[in-house]
This record gives sequence, C-alpha cells and structure tokens, in this order.
Amino acid sequence: MAAINRDDVAHLARLAHIEMSAQELDRMAGELAVIVDSVKSVSEAAGDDVPATSHPIPLTNVFREDVVGHTFSAEQALSGAPDSDDNRFKVPAILDEA
Amino acid sequence: MSTDTILSFEEAMEKYDPVLGFEVHVELNTKTKMFSSAPNVFGDEPNTNVNEVDLGMPGVLPVVNKTAIESSIKIGLALNCKIAEYCRFSRKQYFYPDTPKNFQTSQYDEPIAYDGYLDVELEDGTVFRVEIERAHMEEDAGKLTHMGGATGRIQGADFSLVDYNRAGVPLVEIVTKPIEGAGSRAPELAKAYVAAVREIVKNLGVSDAKMERGNVRCDANVSLRPHGRERFGIRSETKNVNSLRAVEHAVRYEIQRHAAVLDSGEPVIQETRHWHEDTRTTTSGRAKSDADDYRYFPEPDLVPVVASREWVEELRATLPEPPAERRKRLKADWGYSDLEFRDVVNAGVLDEIEETIAAGATASVARKWWMGEIVGRAKAADVDPGQLGVQPATIVELSKMVEAGKINNKMASQVLDGVLAGEGTPEEIVEKRGLAVVSDDGALLEAIDAALAAQPDVAEKIRGGKVQAIGAIVGGVMKATRGQADAGRVRELILEKLGVTA
Repeated sequence: MAAINRDDVAHLARLAHIEMSAQELDRMAGELAVIVDSVKSVSEAAGDDVPATSHPIPLTNVFREDVVGHTFSAEQALSGAPDSDDNRFKVPAILDEA
Repeated sequence: MSTDTILSFEEAMEKYDPVLGFEVHVELNTKTKMFSSAPNVFGDEPNTNVNEVDLGMPGVLPVVNKTAIESSIKIGLALNCKIAEYCRFSRKQYFYPDTPKNFQTSQYDEPIAYDGYLDVELEDGTVFRVEIERAHMEEDAGKLTHMGGATGRIQGADFSLVDYNRAGVPLVEIVTKPIEGAGSRAPELAKAYVAAVREIVKNLGVSDAKMERGNVRCDANVSLRPHGRERFGIRSETKNVNSLRAVEHAVRYEIQRHAAVLDSGEPVIQETRHWHEDTRTTTSGRAKSDADDYRYFPEPDLVPVVASREWVEELRATLPEPPAERRKRLKADWGYSDLEFRDVVNAGVLDEIEETIAAGATASVARKWWMGEIVGRAKAADVDPGQLGVQPATIVELSKMVEAGKINNKMASQVLDGVLAGEGTPEEIVEKRGLAVVSDDGALLEAIDAALAAQPDVAEKIRGGKVQAIGAIVGGVMKATRGQADAGRVRELILEKLGVTA
C-alpha cells in the first residue's frame, strides 16, 4: 500500500488551490493510495529493458518553422475574460508573487 | 525605505567570503513564440500578439519553434556547454496570473545545454572563469501591471492588469555553478559576467540583448561564509536586477546586508529579494515555502528534442567569432595600447569605433572622437555612447575637414554639437555657425605681432631657443581670433617671424 497520508493530501490540495473539508481529506487519502498502487502495477509489467517514456508515440523533433501565423485582436483575446480594462485582463491583486 | 542594517563593504570582506550564482534569462529574437506562431514583438498594443496557445485555452497544442531550438543550441555552444543528445520539456506548475496555463513550459532535469564555462574579463584584464551549470529552454510569462496603491508595487495594489503579448516568448535561462573565489571583486565580477553573457547572445544574433527592454534579465544569488569555511552560507536571490550597474550594486548591497545579519548572530533567511534602483537597496520578497513545490513533470503535449551530432556541428560552424577573440584581433589591428584598448572596451564603444574605421577613419582618429568627444557627452546625457546617434560618416567628414585645415579640433567639436542638435550636416553647420579657420596669414600675423608685443619676455625665451615656451604666444593668438585660427599654422608663423627653427 502506497503511503499517502492525510497531510500529503492537504499539501496537494493547497498547491492545487482546492479547498477540501476534513472529511474529504480523509477519504481522498485512502483513495489516492489505491490509485497510486494501481498505477504502480504498470512497472511490474515493464522490465528493465523498457525505458520510461513521457509520450505514447515514439516521435521526436516535431518542429514548426519560425513563421508568423494568426493572432487574436485584443477584443477577441478578452472576449472570455471575467473582467478587463485598457485592453488588458483585469485580475485581483495577488500578493504571493511567483 | 529599507530598514536593513548593513556593514561597510570593506568590513564585510574582512570577515566573510562571498559565493555568487546567477540565473540569466535571455529572450530570443525569433519571429514567433516558443510554442505558438504568434509574433514575438516588443511594444505592440496589449494582447494583440496572442493566440489560443498563448492564452492557454483548453485543448490547444503547443508546437516547438525550430529556430528557437537552434538559437538555444548556439547559446549552449558559445558558453562551451555540452549539448544534450536527447532532452524534453517539463511543466512547472504554479498559479499566477502572468501564466494563463497555470504552468510554465520549461525544462527540468534535461536541459538542452549543460556543463560549460565562460571566461569573463574584469576591467583590469584579469580573466575569471565562471562555470555554467546549464542553459535550458522555457517560455516567458505575461506582463502584470499593478494598479492602485501608492507605489505602483504589488503591495497595496487594488488589482492588476495583464498583457499576454510576452507570454510564450522563447527564453533561455543560463544558470551558473556556485562562483567561489571572487572575494572583494564579486560585485565587479557580477557585472562583468552579465555583460559577457549579453555580449555573447548579441554577437550570436539570437537576442536583441537590450536589458532596458528585459531581453536579458538577471537573478543574483549571494551567500557569505566565514573565511576558510567550505560549506556555503544561506543565500538570498535578488530578482529584478535589470541593468549592468544594478547587478553590481545589488551584489554589493546583499554582501553588506548578509554580513550585518551574520554579525548579529542571526541566520540569513533564504528568500527572494527585490531590487530597487531608486534606493539601491533590496527588500524582502517572500521566503521559500512549499509554494515552491512546482511538481515538474514531462510535458505530455510535446515530444522529445533530439539534437544529432551532425546538427550540432552544423550549428557550431555558423557561430561568429567569439567576442573575446574579436577583441584580441581588433586590438592588434588598431594598434592601441593595453590601456587605450581597455578604456575603449569599458566605455562600450568597440562596435562604434569598428564602424567608424570601416567608414574610412583611421584607428587613432576614431578613438580620439569616441573617447575624447562622444563618451563625455553620453555620460552627461546619461545614455550609452551608441545611443547618442553619432553616425560614423559624420566623424569621417569632421576629421576630413580638420585634416584639410578647414576647421580646427575645437570647431569640429562645436560642429558635432550642432549635428547632435539636429542642425544639419557638418558642412551646413560650418556654414551656418560661421566656423572656419582663419588661414589668412595677414590677419594671423597681425594677431601674432600683438601677442609677441604683449609678452616680450616669452618672445625673448623663444628666440633664445626655448621653443616650448611658444604655447603662451599661440594661446594669445587663439584667444585673439576666438579660437578660429589654425594653431599649427600660427606656430609656424611665429617661428618664422622669430627666425627660429623648431
């Protein structure tokens, strides 16, 4: 059984900006452990001769030539924004700088 | 503003040994962005150089810009790095409005370039080797403007406005290994290192390299340890250090601040510091916390980049002459002394002098104009010499007029002022301002007679063979003609008059 405890879930929830109740944290700790174990079973199927991959298709070097394509107008870009000002997206002040 | 206690730099150096580290972000000057075909252009109307990829809309797929990869490999090669045969992009997760996807596409454990070095030349010619840990590819974030509040800073802001034109602009982040052994030259080395990186990427043609536009940005890590101790101290990372002068000042300030903290017996806090150009101090940003848990994982929407050795060698063959080697060649070609050449380099007019010589000036004339006339004017105007807008052709024209005896050096300097003030071509300004050397010997002889009569003792000395005393008489004539005489001709006439051969 993978060791995913309640604190791990609370930590992940905080990182992901997801608010979770105490009850949800308890339940998720159990569920996540099962999920991680299930995924882990894949490594039992793959032997040492199978390298880890991040992509299902064995492709490399898919490139685009450096040629300008289409853009949005500012109006289009902002059409889905909850709020805007001066052709820019307007967001609440966020103190925690990245 | 800052309430930090600091030690004097000298005292800090007596007690502690600084260790530096730099992360320099270089914006590539590709036509399009790293993962989208939107234009990579500075200064356009907000949110017009964006498309669905830059805005992180659901279901969109990034596609890597081939030119950006090639530029990154070139930077790696110019920094004497190894180029990864195989590398991937990774997602760096964080929530901040400058990154609409909620992750930045970057590279994590597989940078495209690694294990390099850069030999950095300090002002007195000392060469210091800076080891490069890695250079990796990533994308720039959007630009936030904090509104409301008194300072325009984030503290106290009511809201922020976001322009995503910069989001997705290709970046190469160059990370050094810890730099030890710089001692009291640490601030100078910091400046010289960033200058050297900027010079390299500009020389490669892969970046516009304008620090004032943020094309080259530096985060400076500083830590101190007592002399003789091997283990590093706790470091601070100063962000927003975006001019060469600021890099030097920020490193110096952080050394002084750390020293005072350590002296008080407190530990240095590992944190981000913000540089303030106005007060030349740093303020605390935020402490490193679990928010720095970026949960990198390989970007599933992009396939790996494989740089075949053939491709790398092809790119290597296109690299221009490295700046340091170019300097050696130019110094030999121009015949400048060590000191003359170093002054030219430090004044930042190497390109300008090269262009002026290419336009037809001799090496000594080009140096005389740039170092003697233009650098001083630039300093007074607080701009880089190259930004004054002096054209090489103007210098060539002015020096031809001086050689032809049409104007003297003093007038030529006035004509340059006129050119910079937009009064026209040198020819026109000479005409308009009535600047022309008085070469009518009659008028000169009259002034010479007067000057000799005014200083009979000097005239006697010259007759007696003390030719070096002639300056006083020449000076009198120049004064009488309001500087419009050809000093060389005046000298000849005086000697002739007094029957002395020089």
